[in-house]
Amino acid sequence: MSLALDLLTIVAVSLGAVFFLAGTLGLLRFPDTLTRLHALTKADNLGLGLVVLGLLPQVDWPLGALKLSAVWLLALLAGATVGQLLGAAVRPPPPVARVAGVAEESHP
Amino acid sequence: MSLALVGDLSLALLILGLAVWTIGARGAYGAVVGFVAYGLLVALVWVRLAAVDVALTEAALGSGLMGLLLLRAAARLPHDPAPPAAGRAGRLALRVLVGLACAALAAGLAAVVLLLPEPAPSLAAAAGAALPATGLGNPVAGVLLAYRAIDTLLEAVVLVLALIGLWSLAADDAWGGRPGALRIGQPGPALVLLAQLLPPLGILVGIHLAWTGANHPGGAFQGAAVLAAMWAIVMVAGLSPPPRVDRRAVRLVLVVGAALFFAIGIGGVWWADAFLAYPADWAKPLILAIEAALTLSLAAALGLLLAGPPAVDPDPVAAGRAGVRS
Amino acid sequence: MTEFLLGAALFVLVTVALGLIRVLRGPDDADRMLAAQLLGTGGVAVLLLLGVANGVNGVADLALMLALLAAFASVAFVTGVGQPGPPAPGAAADAARPSEQP
Repeated sequence: MSLALDLLTIVAVSLGAVFFLAGTLGLLRFPDTLTRLHALTKADNLGLGLVVLGLLPQVDWPLGALKLSAVWLLALLAGATVGQLLGAAVRPPPPVARVAGVAEESHP
Repeated sequence: MSLALVGDLSLALLILGLAVWTIGARGAYGAVVGFVAYGLLVALVWVRLAAVDVALTEAALGSGLMGLLLLRAAARLPHDPAPPAAGRAGRLALRVLVGLACAALAAGLAAVVLLLPEPAPSLAAAAGAALPATGLGNPVAGVLLAYRAIDTLLEAVVLVLALIGLWSLAADDAWGGRPGALRIGQPGPALVLLAQLLPPLGILVGIHLAWTGANHPGGAFQGAAVLAAMWAIVMVAGLSPPPRVDRRAVRLVLVVGAALFFAIGIGGVWWADAFLAYPADWAKPLILAIEAALTLSLAAALGLLLAGPPAVDPDPVAAGRAGVRS
Repeated sequence: MTEFLLGAALFVLVTVALGLIRVLRGPDDADRMLAAQLLGTGGVAVLLLLGVANGVNGVADLALMLALLAAFASVAFVTGVGQPGPPAPGAAADAARPSEQP
């Protein structure tokens, strides 16, 4: 039983590392900030999920496993919304208009 | 050359490279990003040294909250054109001097660490031996709240003093108003969504960190930093305006931690023969009470430090309405 | 198992390092904003692998906090963008006035 769990750990963590590598390759090779953001949030989040899955058999059950899952869910939530936030910020905003010393900014 | 050693060396090289890049970065914004990344990586180093409490503090205060403060400071710096060529030799000499001083300091620290006798002198055994009397399971909490409680009390006071110093930067006609540094023009829908989803989880994590500090890595400062960060996100997104700083409730919350700590310390003079000594059976409940009050005060103080000095309200009517501005 | 987890941690650390180099070198500030997100996922993965490999107590709490603070740092970076640029010759008074942007 523990051999099967160790095998699960090795397979899942290795897959997770591969996804991290894919994410970094995307970061290095993609031409544009928005595409790089995409590579970062999607591939790296999946890599983290696989790593967490692989570590679940190695921590004490149930509290340790629950905490690890909570970490991944939080990273997913944060990554998804922050990805939108970063994307909205990266898209070039219209020129800032300075009217009598007051700067008007559009949606960030 | 074991794998752990290779890993440690890689981490150290990465951090050093990042530090050098941060110092040499062209724009202030890039330098702050590098600094925050550096802080998060140093937290990993602390984990390798099995000092998770320090890692928590480094990640929360050293890089997270400091990053926001540094960005704001960088934004207020004048963007001056290239400095005049006149004093260039003097500036270069100053930089070389600073570089030499930093190198000397680093060499001195390295010498101190490398020349320690084996085994290194340490009070860890004595601290661990006296821990059961406090009822705590985390020796760091024991040091912070029992052996060196005076330091923690003074830190809480210093934070309030720093806040007063920050408030004193307000313009005369803004005194007592709402802090204005976290006001942004138009928070987008993504930011509002983040501010609605993240803070409830963050508050849970913050309270958990503060509570679990008694027996596991954690503590009042770390929990308070997470709570303050969540409050700052809410303030930036415009979901809830920063409170007016002349409100009595705000000021009460800020001082309750240090005041309770001080009161318990004074009580120790009667019941345990020394200032900040705890009576034998009451140590743990008193420490937990101090931690709770301290977390509340520190979270308020850190959040208000992030919110900046009071500023004149550009739209007093809208600020009175707590609602989504979009 | 410990050796494997340490090796995986080292691998992910190298990918994070490569990503950091790319992100921080990015020609303009918009690229550098990604650094916090990179560390929020990659850094957390390295942390969890290191912590479980060495049996360090309390690493999951630190991972929770890292994820939260990476999101906070991203918010700080995004709302810190859009700072006043180099002042035009006639706008020196504008630049001298303290800005309300964070």
